[in-house]
Amino acid sequence: MTKVTTYNSLDWKIQPPYLHPAYTSTIKRAPLEPLVALPQTLAEWTGPVYGEEGVRPLDNDLTRNAVVNGQPLGERIMVVGRVLDESGRAIPHALLEIWQANSCGRYRHKSDQHDAPLDPNFSGTGRVLTDKNGEYGFMTIRPGAYPWRNHENAWRPAHIHFSVFGGNFLQRLVTQMYFPGDPLLGLDPIFNGMADEKGRNRLISSYAHDITRPEWALGFRFDIVVCGPRQTPFETKEV
Amino acid sequence: MPGQTPSQTVGPFFGGALIRGGENILVNEQTAGRRILIKGRVLDGDGQPVRDGLVEIWQADGQGFFNHGADPNQAQADKYFGGFGRADTVDDGRFTFKTIKPGTVPGQATPWINVRVFARGMLIHAVTRLYFNDENGNEQDAVLHSVEQNRRHTLIARWEDTADLPTYRFDIRLQGENETVFFNP
Repeated sequence: MTKVTTYNSLDWKIQPPYLHPAYTSTIKRAPLEPLVALPQTLAEWTGPVYGEEGVRPLDNDLTRNAVVNGQPLGERIMVVGRVLDESGRAIPHALLEIWQANSCGRYRHKSDQHDAPLDPNFSGTGRVLTDKNGEYGFMTIRPGAYPWRNHENAWRPAHIHFSVFGGNFLQRLVTQMYFPGDPLLGLDPIFNGMADEKGRNRLISSYAHDITRPEWALGFRFDIVVCGPRQTPFETKEV
Repeated sequence: MPGQTPSQTVGPFFGGALIRGGENILVNEQTAGRRILIKGRVLDGDGQPVRDGLVEIWQADGQGFFNHGADPNQAQADKYFGGFGRADTVDDGRFTFKTIKPGTVPGQATPWINVRVFARGMLIHAVTRLYFNDENGNEQDAVLHSVEQNRRHTLIARWEDTADLPTYRFDIRLQGENETVFFNP
């Protein structure tokens, strides 16, 4: 007999549903059958492992990693935070992949047809690995809001996309970080996909004056929490 | 204790950050095991292709071991096989992986591949499993048995006779007739 750690499932009181009609693209893409409970196995307790070799020196500085002929335009910001599990334990070597619009609200992507300028010195993509304390940080440009076609006069609040590889298959998360005080938050069906206000608030970064670099960049803090070990460990057959 | 961070959609613009080329090929010349292709499409509730989705897979190596500290057999795992792959769904919602047929994980009845789907229009990913239609052990698999018989086929990739590498077809239907079985691990 071996003692194994099982993990909490997704918390469906906090997580958004598949079907959220106000976000119209969910209507034809939402699975409608109930999810089937899946007993966890080694295939769920393992996952891809990342190390420093997968991250290049400028990957965590979006203000410098795509420079062609000058600095990107916009407001420099520093984003820092920790990746934790639900027990509060830090997750070291979590890989974060980041992507965002430029300061004008335009992505460098062929499908983005918004009539706002591209920035030749800004790709809006980066990656960073958490350190042994689960901490990460990157420098970027504050993204702009942009229009989308979900409904009349729809605008996405400014946000940064995060892809997170925690310590195993169950700790995978893709989410978006928002900015405090954004008047568009209340109008956004993606942000409001979570019915629970407590959950929504977890996606809003906080202004962090201690992170703000004098004469250089504003600081924001955004912690990320992935599924943690279940409180009651139990014995199981050798797996 | 901190609470879970909610998921948000991957949106349509993830390509520059998440698709870096080559991650749908999980093998190199030194990887041990039988090379296979996995080909499929992601389809919406109208049967229309999802052209801006992302499919990720996670699997054991050819002997059923994971290159990860939670696997007691990690020392024996193939160091030339990472086990993770991803592909964006492009023209007609198609994706392709080149990988190896996973071995059966010790203690399990049959091999499978964990699959996760992300897309614009999905506020949170969906998790499914890919089993193979040429594995006798499927009969003994508890998870397959936990699924209603008339939906079980959505989890089973079908071998196709092609001139190429052994190819398994696995379509993912997010909704509607023959909706793929999705799991809550």
